[in-house]
Amino acid sequence: MTGSVQPTTAAPQKRARSLGVARNLGLVVALVLLCVVGLVTAGDRFASTNNIITVLSLASAIGVVAIGMTFVITGGGIDLSVGAIVALSSVWASTTGTQAMAGDVGWIVIATTAIGVGIACGVINGVLIAYGKIVPFIATLAMLASARGLAEILADRKTQIIRDQGFRDALGARPFGVPVIVFVFAAVVVAGWFLLNRTTFGRRTFAVGGNTEAARLAGIKVQRHTVYLYALLGATCGLAAVMLMSRTQTGSSTHGLMWELDAIAAVVIGGTLLSGGRGTVVGTLLGVLIFTTLTNVFTLNNLSTSVQAVAKGVIIVAAVLLQQRLANRNT
Amino acid sequence: MSTTTPRRRLLAIGGVLAAATLALSACTNSSDDGDGDGNAANAGAGDNAETGDTVRIGFSAPAADHGWMGAITDAAVKQAEAFDDVELVNAEGTNDVNLQISQVETFINDKVDAIVLLPFDGAAMTDVATRAMEAGIPVINVDREFDSPFAARTTVLGDNYGMGVSAGRYICQQADGSTDAVVAEIAGIDSLPLTQDRSRGFKDALADCGLKVSNRVAAEFTVETGERAAANLLQAAPKIDFLWNHDDDQGVGVMAAIDNAGRDEFVMVGGAGSANVMRSIEADDTVLKATVIYPSTQGADGIKLARLIAQGRSMSDLAEVEVPRIVQLAAPIVTKENVDQYMDSAFES
Repeated sequence: MTGSVQPTTAAPQKRARSLGVARNLGLVVALVLLCVVGLVTAGDRFASTNNIITVLSLASAIGVVAIGMTFVITGGGIDLSVGAIVALSSVWASTTGTQAMAGDVGWIVIATTAIGVGIACGVINGVLIAYGKIVPFIATLAMLASARGLAEILADRKTQIIRDQGFRDALGARPFGVPVIVFVFAAVVVAGWFLLNRTTFGRRTFAVGGNTEAARLAGIKVQRHTVYLYALLGATCGLAAVMLMSRTQTGSSTHGLMWELDAIAAVVIGGTLLSGGRGTVVGTLLGVLIFTTLTNVFTLNNLSTSVQAVAKGVIIVAAVLLQQRLANRNT
Repeated sequence: MSTTTPRRRLLAIGGVLAAATLALSACTNSSDDGDGDGNAANAGAGDNAETGDTVRIGFSAPAADHGWMGAITDAAVKQAEAFDDVELVNAEGTNDVNLQISQVETFINDKVDAIVLLPFDGAAMTDVATRAMEAGIPVINVDREFDSPFAARTTVLGDNYGMGVSAGRYICQQADGSTDAVVAEIAGIDSLPLTQDRSRGFKDALADCGLKVSNRVAAEFTVETGERAAANLLQAAPKIDFLWNHDDDQGVGVMAAIDNAGRDEFVMVGGAGSANVMRSIEADDTVLKATVIYPSTQGADGIKLARLIAQGRSMSDLAEVEVPRIVQLAAPIVTKENVDQYMDSAFES
């Protein structure tokens, strides 16, 4: 409830709450519990700097997509095509043509190509939904199929290795021992939080997701705003493709398989309402961190993927239940 | 003691083959082309490459969404083109079982002379394959087995269990008697029987020299999942001596994760045998020192056998009149020493 309305004269206490501390208490508790389990069962291997950096690096690409997804879901939509867009962006940005251009101009060509392709896909999604009046589920399902198909055609179903040294050096750098992509993720979280909670764009997003008709009557250009939201998510998919290309040194049509489910799960666990009108960037961040830490703790303990899958399901339910209890107490 | 399991297996396979071929030769004497007289006649039956009656062969395989699967189809098509007497009817690769069933039904209606089928799901394709056989069209089952022995004339198989054995034996050899070496394993999709077979073979071979898998994770045959699984695995095991990765396609991601973590204290063995990996073994500049082959030429062998069966010919290198019931391909280990030998059959991932 707190996130849906942004009072202009926010009391400091309310401001603290919208920062997500109180609202996300359940998730924080879940994450802390998970870390305690990790510490007890794996000790130093869990607490080591290297391991923490690994968890953050693994959370980065999917995390950026989940932040974008938070905006679309808050705005009352859904996007099933994110994984496919990541794949297409990575493939398009790593073709021999793009890499040759990057050789002449610089690694930035690879990054802008990926983000550009992502935005283009997002705009198509947005236009189909806002002006074509196709329900988001169907429009993005179509994009899921065709974007991945196009990626397969472009890549000829081969894995494309990125040989551009400039790209490798720029994104493989580790200032203060932390990979660049973790800093990028952090920047996206901060920018996402600011955009959603402190700008007109954010307020419009809540309004469109909460009640489209009321938003329209209030003078918001709902259709145009919808296109913006999907384009924003497309951009984050392109950015995620860049991050993935930096980690794996490849572009591939198999990148990002099932990411749509991981991203939606993280967003919903975070407390964003699937029906729109309420959303939290901090919650999404915590959701992503919980999933990534979970896999890490399970691997450290050498548990099978089947056990992981069961635990994932249980934790989704537990986190949401905990969330509801604590939210009720706080409001 | 150390070799009983694989050797017994080989004997068993050999026994099955012998029994099957004997049984067949006993009851089918109809396909002689004038050279079916006596034991030695077959040796002089001529080269199988010689052009015979033109035959139409239907080919259906899953979608080429993976380097290895793409290579299967490519190799099969190339093999068919190499023969003047083969007309290949190539159905578009699909992971939809219903569509694949209808593809085979079309082959039956078209009365092709033989069908080479790599099922997406062996169990689901058994029924339609049986119908083809009943319609008098020999079916050559490739890689993923049907449920029923009546559904295929001949089966061409890789050796998943053998891959694990080969990888395990290589590691035993490298460990050189040490029983406290840390062995890690990155499997493919864990729910697939082929992954379970590979892991079982690996475990059995390691047990032979007193080793065991200390850390095991599963990826999903893609670069991205390979990278993710390996990144976590490397944190779980701060020091590794040997690492087996089931699949060279996901191995690209595994290598990236090893690179990101700056680790190089172990020996890594790959799986499937991609050209990238073989080049890297040849260059000998990474932790990757070996891979085990899962032949991507199975489809091509299926085409070769289908042609012979449809033409009613024998395999010229066997004394036996009929084409065998089962052909299981070996899963050899490829190292720097013998990589030249396998480079040509490697697939580009």
